[in-house]
Amino acid sequence: MERAALDFWVGLFVMAGFAALMGLALKVSNTNGFGNSSSYRVEASFDNIGSLKVNAPIKSAGVVVGRVSKIRFDNKTFQADVTLKLDSRYAFPKDTSASIMTSGLLGEQYLALDAGGDSKNLVNGDKIRLTQSAVVLENLISQFLYSKASDTPKNNSNQGAATALPGTHP
Amino acid sequence: MKSPKQNIITRIGHGSIDGIWSLGVIARFLMQIVLRSGTSLRRFSLVIREIYASGVRSLIIIVVSGLFVGMVLALQGYQTLETYGSEQSLGILVALSLVRELGPVVSALLFASRAGSAITAEVGLMKTTEQLQAMEMMAVDPVARIVAPRFWGGVISMPLLAAIFSMVGVYGGYLIGVVLLGVDEGAFWSQMQSAVSLRQDVLNGVIKSIVFGFAVTTIALFEGYDSMPTAEGISRATTRTVVNSSLAILALDFVLTAFMFKGM
Repeated sequence: MERAALDFWVGLFVMAGFAALMGLALKVSNTNGFGNSSSYRVEASFDNIGSLKVNAPIKSAGVVVGRVSKIRFDNKTFQADVTLKLDSRYAFPKDTSASIMTSGLLGEQYLALDAGGDSKNLVNGDKIRLTQSAVVLENLISQFLYSKASDTPKNNSNQGAATALPGTHP
Repeated sequence: MKSPKQNIITRIGHGSIDGIWSLGVIARFLMQIVLRSGTSLRRFSLVIREIYASGVRSLIIIVVSGLFVGMVLALQGYQTLETYGSEQSLGILVALSLVRELGPVVSALLFASRAGSAITAEVGLMKTTEQLQAMEMMAVDPVARIVAPRFWGGVISMPLLAAIFSMVGVYGGYLIGVVLLGVDEGAFWSQMQSAVSLRQDVLNGVIKSIVFGFAVTTIALFEGYDSMPTAEGISRATTRTVVNSSLAILALDFVLTAFMFKGM
């Protein structure tokens, strides 16, 4: 094949390849991975984090304001210490509360922040005092069953499987 | 004569020693290629010719298979996702499977059978017809003049082909998911964008395809250069290229995936 035609086709191929790479970068993926915006870190301790994962979103009023950057177990307090990486565009009052929620019925877990009314804002290295643990479905069900069992009058306690459980009131 | 049992044991031993030996030779061969690629950098037209041979001419099979793989992914994924009422996530499924795994792996497998076998046959025939020896007689280094340009041509082509495969596959998924099955277009793209990260997924996929490019072209060139200078030798070398590079791709893919996506 002629040299010029060869160069033309190779150039076209390389351009198509780079166009595809650009397409993958811009159209298919998000560029959050490079962490272009600055952020600050705050800590929060939870009794139970459920299935919260590193990199899970932190939402306030449903908007993503940061990511969970680290989760570790504190062997002194027996709680889970979660490090939150918040976008520095967003400032939260010092008495903001953090709770672990589930998106949808079976969706992933995220950290929800509810802003308080303090005049001072959280700064890098602060700790969020008010936390609410993840809801564990099994606990919820067992609580429901226990309360159901204790509600039921003694004389018709053989009606269902739920009432057959030991009726210790929590 | 040896008993059949002994024969098997001897063959196992021979096979393992042979494997280790050829691994060492391939490593030395790769080093020689890299050391002697000065010529192909100075005369870049040699590399361009090889990019044409292994990249441009593989484009049709890559584009067509990418399109079909994307379309099949969308069809299959839709069936399953519909059960959970989350067919909106079809974009995530198609994009993640293509960018992370299928793009690099399938295009590398196709590249091995389309371009790798051609490289092996070409170099093998050059050896059989004593062209390589003739070059050496004329003080032209065959590794620098024949092998290195093919190597760099393949290494440059492979990531580009994989990217084209993934992108075409995503559009194939779009075609089936959005146009045919009626998934919401906005949800398709926005869910995909929120779930696929540039560094974790796209960049790792590109790294994978670069590694596969190195592996496939090295194996193809080695098998060609090392082939027996007979017609049968070339046919065996070509077969070995396809088999060995496919196995190498799958094994490397496992290793790379284990490193990249561990604990995610």
